[in-house]
Amino acid sequence: MRAFTVHTGRAVPLDRSDVDTDQIIPTDHLKRIERSGFGPFLFDSWRKDPAFVLNDARYDGASILVTGANFGGGSSREHAVWALEDHGFRAILAPSFADIFRNNCTKVGLLPVELPEAATRALLAAVEADPSLEITVDLQTRRVVGAGVDESFEIDDFTRWRLLEGLDDIGLTLRHADQIDAFERSRPARLPSLPRP
Amino acid sequence: MGAMSAEPRTLADKVWERHVVHRAEGEPDLLYVDLHLIHEVTSPQAFDGLRLSGRPVRRPDLTLATMDHNVPTGPGSQDPVSVRQMEAMAANAQEFDVTLFPTGHIGQGIVHVIGPQMGLTQPGLVIVCGDSHTSTHGAFGALAFGIGTSEVEHVLATQTLPQRRPGTMAINVEGDLPAGVSAKDVILAIIARIGTGGGIGHVLEYRGNAIRSLSMEGRMTVCNMSIEAGARAGMIAPDDTTFAWLEGRPYAPTGADLEEALEDWRSLTTDDGAAFDREVTIDCATLRPHVSWGTNPSQTVTIDDVVPEPLDEAAERALAYMDLLPGTAIREIRPDTVFIGSCTNSRIGDLREAAEILRGRTVAQGLRAMVVPGSMLVKRQAEEEGLDEVFTAAGFEWRDAGCSMCIGMNPEQLSPGERCASTSNRNFEGRQGEGGRTHLVSPSVAAATAVVGHFATPEDLG
Repeated sequence: MRAFTVHTGRAVPLDRSDVDTDQIIPTDHLKRIERSGFGPFLFDSWRKDPAFVLNDARYDGASILVTGANFGGGSSREHAVWALEDHGFRAILAPSFADIFRNNCTKVGLLPVELPEAATRALLAAVEADPSLEITVDLQTRRVVGAGVDESFEIDDFTRWRLLEGLDDIGLTLRHADQIDAFERSRPARLPSLPRP
Repeated sequence: MGAMSAEPRTLADKVWERHVVHRAEGEPDLLYVDLHLIHEVTSPQAFDGLRLSGRPVRRPDLTLATMDHNVPTGPGSQDPVSVRQMEAMAANAQEFDVTLFPTGHIGQGIVHVIGPQMGLTQPGLVIVCGDSHTSTHGAFGALAFGIGTSEVEHVLATQTLPQRRPGTMAINVEGDLPAGVSAKDVILAIIARIGTGGGIGHVLEYRGNAIRSLSMEGRMTVCNMSIEAGARAGMIAPDDTTFAWLEGRPYAPTGADLEEALEDWRSLTTDDGAAFDREVTIDCATLRPHVSWGTNPSQTVTIDDVVPEPLDEAAERALAYMDLLPGTAIREIRPDTVFIGSCTNSRIGDLREAAEILRGRTVAQGLRAMVVPGSMLVKRQAEEEGLDEVFTAAGFEWRDAGCSMCIGMNPEQLSPGERCASTSNRNFEGRQGEGGRTHLVSPSVAAATAVVGHFATPEDLG
């Protein structure tokens, strides 16, 4: 996983709530068996509208997405996170995130930052008015600063540590291999299992 | 800890607690996974990860793979990228010793239909899958939730998953379900009430006499759409309906194991006095069939209503996308296509419900109608009951098992502007094909609508 400590960049204002993962990466683009190369298909349907914000050249190279509540709902596709990351986003700022999407972000190293509605609105208005504004997202101090906003955000200590260090979850879990073994020995034999193919 | 100290607990808490492998202050719990279902779309990168790190699948015997999302359910060729994805699934299953039900196998079907059908989905288990509709399995009192591909790799490698304990939310569904109102209408009403983000961070437990009166198929429909309210999972406490449904299925326990299992399963209820973090009560005595008008599953009204005035920009955008005007009666809206299928409504009970309405009737002129059974076994059972003849005589296409038109990544898609009455779970923009317009309905509304040519209920058929 890619580590995240501090990131400063310009932001894209996507002023919509309930942006589902079918919009972030439409299903037709889920057929690749690789983990990379999804960026060009990010918001593929919406990008066919010339007025869509990602088509606005003033936001080219922006690396922070500011958006509405319940971002990333619907499908569990991690491809949505891969597409955002591949496009160049490092952090997403929103009033709330869908659970699976948020989990997927923290496995990949794309930082989901939950901000109060008022702070999100202020950021949307500021970067809509001036696309050159820079925002700093600091995971060490858990703060978002810039574009007229100075706001702290919450993230649990464990997830923060994993992101700061860029740690692989599987490696962390395998430290408890003895406990997994012990748990398996205690499982009732009647529980369902499949024969080896 | 002695029995004296036992605090009343919710069903979700009971299932959670029995799966904790490792717990430490400030860390997520490490949960054991009893059953891991996989499919072709969200697994290839996870297997690549295993190969890169030289890790095996820890428990192939607790892992089952199928192909469902991009399989064609009728004749015709498939695009080479989909073929490559299915070939990768087959190669990965072979390399890692995982049981696979590929296309052409009688066990093949939508992953959330085949788990229960085989009796693998049982009360008290933790079940995960790289698919958000994994919540379906909660209908049996299992804790079941969707995961991303990194987590799929984690489960393949360790058979565990680090998880923060979610909150609990009781959804009390009271009153007797009126005739003609189905499980689909119940869950659409719940989502309309709590919203698409209303369940974020929570496991929903559906309770009340209306839930108790539902068949297992109906309960699966309800739990299936928990994710559309943003919930981590949905659960229903197992009861005699559950036990009777499981009996005799290939992986259900038998003999002494069954006795032991039943004793355990009966303990899987929320204790009297257990506190939920949140509670919502819905009276369904006056519930009516629901139809969605917008582009998320909370944007629904009853069949007797009109398209509502938009209250915000999101609703305005939804109406523009759906090409609908406020004030239009739902019954005046005419779909081009009717789709009966998906992990929400493709089980034998759903097909019987639709066939009952279609018997001796025909599809309205110019309308395309298709039925896609949830699994090849559902298909076979329906054919044994003669349902296929009812559907084809009415003018429906009778197809093989798969996700089909619920998700626009196989050959069955809507064209831009095409309007569909669909028994699936998501009316997102472009979900059934770019530019397609989806209206979510129950199987009986789908069937009646197919006959009349505009949105209708069976009672409109006279």
